Amino acid sequence: MNALQRHRRLTEIWASDPGFRGWFSTVNHTDLGRMFLATAFFFFIVGGILSMLIRAQLATPHSAFAGPEIYNQIFTMHGTIMMFLFAIPTFEGLAIYLLPKILGTRDLAFPRLTAYGFWCYVFGGTMLLVSMLLGIAPDGGWFMYPPLSGPLFSPGINTDFWLIGITFVEISAIAAAVELTVSILKYRAPGMSLDKMPIFAWYALVTALMILTGFPPLILGSVLLELERAFGLPFFQVDLGGDSLLWQHLFWLFGHPEVYIIFLPAAGVISTVLPVMCRTTLLGYGWIVAAAVALAFLSFGLWVHHMFTTGIPHMGLAFFSAASTLVAVPTGVQIFAWIGTMWKGRPELHLPMLHILGFFFTFVIGGLTGVMVAVVPFDWQAHDTAFITAHLHYVLFGGFVFPIFAGIYYWLPHFTGRKRFFRLGELAFGLIFAGFHVTFLAMHWVGLLGQRRRIPTYAPEDGWTTINLISSVGSFVLTIGIAVLLIDVILHVLTAVRGRRNPWNAGTLEWAMMTPAPAYNFASLPHVTSREPVAEDPELCVALARGQGYLGEPRHGWRETLTVDIASGTPDYHVIYPANTRLPILMSAVTGVFFLSLLLKFYWTIPVAMIGVAILAWRWVWGLGLKEDIPPQGIGRGQEVPHAASVARSPGWWGTTFLLTANATFFGSLLFGFAFLWTVAPGWPPPEWLAPSALELGIGLAGIVAAPIAARLARRSQAPLPFLAIAGAGILAIGAVCAALMLRTPDPTGHAYGATLLVLGGYGLFHAALAALMVAFLAARVRRGFVSPLRRAELPIVGLWIDYLATIALLILLAGHLPGLLS
Amino acid sequence: MLGGAALIFALVMTLLVLPFLRRGRAGSDGSRVRIWIVGLGLVFPMVVLAALLAYGLVVGERLLPREADDVVRVGAEGRLSAWTFSYEDAPGRATEGVLHIPARRPVDVSITTADVIHSFWVPRLAGKLDAIPGYVNVLRIEADAPGTYEGVSAEFSGPGYDSFTFAVTAHDADGWEAFLRGETQ
Repeated sequence: MNALQRHRRLTEIWASDPGFRGWFSTVNHTDLGRMFLATAFFFFIVGGILSMLIRAQLATPHSAFAGPEIYNQIFTMHGTIMMFLFAIPTFEGLAIYLLPKILGTRDLAFPRLTAYGFWCYVFGGTMLLVSMLLGIAPDGGWFMYPPLSGPLFSPGINTDFWLIGITFVEISAIAAAVELTVSILKYRAPGMSLDKMPIFAWYALVTALMILTGFPPLILGSVLLELERAFGLPFFQVDLGGDSLLWQHLFWLFGHPEVYIIFLPAAGVISTVLPVMCRTTLLGYGWIVAAAVALAFLSFGLWVHHMFTTGIPHMGLAFFSAASTLVAVPTGVQIFAWIGTMWKGRPELHLPMLHILGFFFTFVIGGLTGVMVAVVPFDWQAHDTAFITAHLHYVLFGGFVFPIFAGIYYWLPHFTGRKRFFRLGELAFGLIFAGFHVTFLAMHWVGLLGQRRRIPTYAPEDGWTTINLISSVGSFVLTIGIAVLLIDVILHVLTAVRGRRNPWNAGTLEWAMMTPAPAYNFASLPHVTSREPVAEDPELCVALARGQGYLGEPRHGWRETLTVDIASGTPDYHVIYPANTRLPILMSAVTGVFFLSLLLKFYWTIPVAMIGVAILAWRWVWGLGLKEDIPPQGIGRGQEVPHAASVARSPGWWGTTFLLTANATFFGSLLFGFAFLWTVAPGWPPPEWLAPSALELGIGLAGIVAAPIAARLARRSQAPLPFLAIAGAGILAIGAVCAALMLRTPDPTGHAYGATLLVLGGYGLFHAALAALMVAFLAARVRRGFVSPLRRAELPIVGLWIDYLATIALLILLAGHLPGLLS
Repeated sequence: MLGGAALIFALVMTLLVLPFLRRGRAGSDGSRVRIWIVGLGLVFPMVVLAALLAYGLVVGERLLPREADDVVRVGAEGRLSAWTFSYEDAPGRATEGVLHIPARRPVDVSITTADVIHSFWVPRLAGKLDAIPGYVNVLRIEADAPGTYEGVSAEFSGPGYDSFTFAVTAHDADGWEAFLRGETQ
């Protein structure tokens, strides 16, 4: 088979459906990555237009352009869209598009999950857009502090759009994070050990793990606030045992890592692009990885610096001030490693390099003002003024938008297979750079003069008129620059001439394929022996196209790839991907019905939607089943590996592990909330504790012990059905005592204590129902002959869920019954 | 702080421009790591930040409410669209929109709220401190001279936030006595 025939055979197997219908059924990471990026840039434009409205409003004093009600919606939506619908999805899109290519494999770990996440993002984002078009958009600020966002002070539907829409969108963040983590750890080219992994993959891995642990607190906060708004559970109402500070802790527990979730992928782009622009390799690879990991850890320790003015105890202030300044150290390591890289090589001033210089100039200023506001006395003055607005735009525009623009121009030839023709990009950069700095330098100044954030207008005698006008003019220059950049990119896509492969002479694997990328990425998978395989062997692309790597012979119409051992990169399993399907879009639509029912308070459709999701999820997993054993497969180069369905640590097991990591963070945040209310909230202890019940504790403990043991026996047994039945009974026992907790909890609308127990019980009951469904699924699998000694990967996955259920059930029972016993 | 920041910024920009002007020199990655990453990346920020942090903590310490004999205690309660002030030395006395204090004496303001979160901020007298439901936060302010100081509510509170302001009137000793006796409105 020659290279062209191989290309045709592989394309037949891997291609998405033709035409626009293919968008709805594609599970291909290249397609979905592009769709993610296009959608994210659409939202960038929407958010940008909103910012223009803000600047138009503030350009002159006593502006009558927008009234406060509309203005509050505008700035709330600007922040919300830029954070949740532009920045995070841009990272997801870039990583989804790039990672399999840069890691030398054919797709991500769970292709259908990629599609599901994308459609959740589209539908959730659409909900927010609709709210804006109807003039009922969220208006409480993107931080949504109760009690202002609570049922008493924001009775309208605006806040619900935020809480429900953003939670819906976050499904896509969690899905992408699980997917990227498993893909980076397991789906790499053979031979690519962790220390040979491209630096971008390290950054993406750290970012994905941060999403898994950073987003759950916000999801929990949104759930609790929505429960308070919809059902009167008073988590944030101080006179009923709640505390509005709980929201601030949960929000910033997410909100600060969020800043680094946005910055780290951009730093990954710089670490990838900069050495190529300087004709050298990255200085201090190991140091940079360590710095990224250190940033991730530190970023979870400084959320309180957003709350310096809330009356935090004195020692707490000192600690978090120290942590906030400390975070500048790993950032400094990265900055100087990059500058050292430039000194090591010969920098050339291509367009991506211009944007990287723009990044340096802007981000260093943002970092320095960041150190200023970490100094508590300064922050007491600057907090909630335009100075902070300016600071955060320097950090986010400098630390994210400039690097992403550098990345766009760097990978544009890869996206399109063309070379730049019109030279609008340089003009665009000049306008963006000048416009940005005029806008936001002025904003620092007016902030120091005392202009507060979020005010819809000001008086001429405040003395801010000229500065604001300058700032507004700058912002329109910036906007024109971005418009020119968009035009440049669109012209490039439509009209530019074909370019050569690897125009930058880069060393990473995404350039070892034809461009635009074929659906299967690599006709055969490379064997990697260095960090820059293409630099080492410039003819690698040809060799791979000739099928000289792994899995070079298409067979049985399978979409095949390999997984590798996490540390060493030796091939371990053979994987067959699912094909094109509309299941993901269908399932996210039904998920959307669930969220929409919550929003519109059509409570009778909620169970219908939940059952719909359960049925679709059942079909989703069922479709992966095999009726016959797949023996170990030859993968070329004389090697043979077992099929992933026959092993204990299958990709699904890893995915479940990381999903449960996020889930455990959610549950941990809930327990934190309970402990916080108990120890800090003014209205405690509650009027009555739950009466402890020995009977419930006994039944619950029996289930907690029986279910995991039975699940383990089922895994080892040739006839697992009886053990599955016992596990099912144990799960039902756990579900029953959780339901009892919910029914017996004292007055959940009267005090936050009862409300917390209600949520704890509901969480346990939900997981019991989930585990019961999984056990039923397994039983059906066994009875239909889908399980054999070579096809039993599903048993350990369900085992993980049962172990998780047992652990949380124990904690829930203790949290529910112990306080009553002790008092 | 601004001067130091400007110096660091100038240093980084110079280091950024130089490699464009001169061609890369030979040298091992080991020595480059020592200079760039260990020296400039680790040691340099740590020294600067330690100094800055110490300075911040010392200044912060000075701003804390401290025990003193002549402390005046007042209360500030935020509610949507107005602040209400009460006075320990004049029980039952309440003013709306204007806080009266004696000049040149430390004043502890006990800040609370009747509805949503607000923030009490008189830029010329002190930093801001939030008014949070269920909590009382104490802010120490002191006016150096009699006069009127403008204050604003510095936590977004919905429509009307921009006009949510108040004033602080600092009296001399006689004026303060007169206020306490109820002779000043």
